[in-house]
Amino acid sequence: MRLASFLKSRLVPRELDEHINRIRKPIGTLGYDPWGYNNETIKYGLSLAKLLYEKYFRVEARGVDHIPAEGPVLIVGNHSGQIPIDGVLIGYALASRQKSPRIPRAMIERFFPTVPWLGNFLNEVGAVLGDPVNCARMLANNEAIIVFPEGVRGSGKLYRDRYKLQRFGSGFMHLAMKHNATIVPVGVVGCEETIPAIANIKPLAKTLGLPYAPLAMPVVLPAKVHLNFGPPMYFDGYDISEVQISERVEQVKSEIDRLIDKGLKERERLF
Amino acid sequence: MAVDAREQVYLGDDIPSYCLDLNHRSFEELFRRYQFDGVIHLGRISSSQLTRMRRYNANVLGTQKLLDLSHKYGIHRVIVLSTFHVYGAMAYNPALIDESAPMKSAGLSADLVDSVELENLANIYLWRYPELNIAILRPCNIVGPSVRNTMSKLLTSQRAPVLAGFSPMMQFIHIDDMADAIVLAYKKSARGVFNVAPDDWVAYQKALELCGCARIPVPSIPPVVPRLILRTLRQQSFPEHLVDFFKYPVVIDGRAFANEFGFQPKRPLKEIFRFYRDNKTPL
Repeated sequence: MRLASFLKSRLVPRELDEHINRIRKPIGTLGYDPWGYNNETIKYGLSLAKLLYEKYFRVEARGVDHIPAEGPVLIVGNHSGQIPIDGVLIGYALASRQKSPRIPRAMIERFFPTVPWLGNFLNEVGAVLGDPVNCARMLANNEAIIVFPEGVRGSGKLYRDRYKLQRFGSGFMHLAMKHNATIVPVGVVGCEETIPAIANIKPLAKTLGLPYAPLAMPVVLPAKVHLNFGPPMYFDGYDISEVQISERVEQVKSEIDRLIDKGLKERERLF
Repeated sequence: MAVDAREQVYLGDDIPSYCLDLNHRSFEELFRRYQFDGVIHLGRISSSQLTRMRRYNANVLGTQKLLDLSHKYGIHRVIVLSTFHVYGAMAYNPALIDESAPMKSAGLSADLVDSVELENLANIYLWRYPELNIAILRPCNIVGPSVRNTMSKLLTSQRAPVLAGFSPMMQFIHIDDMADAIVLAYKKSARGVFNVAPDDWVAYQKALELCGCARIPVPSIPPVVPRLILRTLRQQSFPEHLVDFFKYPVVIDGRAFANEFGFQPKRPLKEIFRFYRDNKTPL
């Protein structure tokens, strides 16, 4: 038995393997797509995500079936927790749903492709450089894409600012309107408590070329995570002013705020 | 009729072949003698051949001479073979780069300036002399039997260098498919710039594995380290100025060409790599 087959038999549960095989992702003859997604690597990625999702963060997801079974979708959520655990958990919730599972894509910071091994691994499990051209091409390819319009403003915020939505970029709304993509809002509760940061060491971040350098405990805490997916939102593609687009962005932001409040009310304990 | 500035290429008894510098005065004599209908300009000297100056003379000034003569002698179809290298390899490249994307490579490496200049020149002639019907083709990695470019040499070798931790997505087109693409392009007089690539992709290190090449990792960070190593080693098969093409993906979108000319590659990646695996001797 080759090493790859041996590792796969040990690390990838058979039902997950079959589940992924049932999802017909458009890929080339060698299992890759243009963005580097690989149909075999995703199985290892989702096996690890399964452990995190079910055992470590004990995620409770509601409304994941609001995400349409096909067509271009932007899954828009609040970003938190210093590292993109929220993206992994949202992705697993959609990939593991029983009815019409999909393997979503996530837009990642421009810094990641320059990191050896990690950059390639992220591409192979479906993450893509956060570039508007990439996002547009993937929507044209009928992909479901996880988007955090707060960007590093959200993920890098301090614990004292938890669950306060930061400024949303409007790029996702432009893309949704142009490509007739459905927006599904999601409120993430729990990831703020995974790596609570009390300060951002800006000089260190600048030296290392990182977007932020949090002063936090060097562990990821096993906070219980609640994901609340809201009903799909549709926006027409008429040519409208930036002010009107900002109003639409605010509409999505308010819905995410409502879903966060819902998650906070449902939460009985932090861990 | 065939002309190559580097060597006389034998193409059979029926096809006259010359070894001639395009900038040489006697080159015009061929236009007078043969009364060409069209010109297919394949003779771009690749970025790992000759010196920068000689490449510039051959690729840029030679092309200018060729296009001037084409205009003077009423040529009605010109195909110019360019390369996907003109887009440049960088971390921020999106995938499926289309023909309208900027050509960034000139700003990234002085060794690729002539490739971009050649394209700019062809573009100027494309708009200035529409009757030439110029089509510029930007193919992905051309590979297959008898191909002697950087990528083909790497796939042929027993051991190929890789940048540790980087395995960018790549596209490969078989030399025979590329020949078919050129013939299709020649037969239709559509002008413009076209990427030529199949709808299939593979990571560089996976391609090496399928070709039976052992991978030799070269330290990849900080970025100056691999450049320093490659500059010292002066490996023609893994040149320093192309190092970023082995680090970041340059995935092009070939759909415009496929739709315009009805092109469909016939040789799958597995067949291409099988050839290299079964022929592990230097070409």
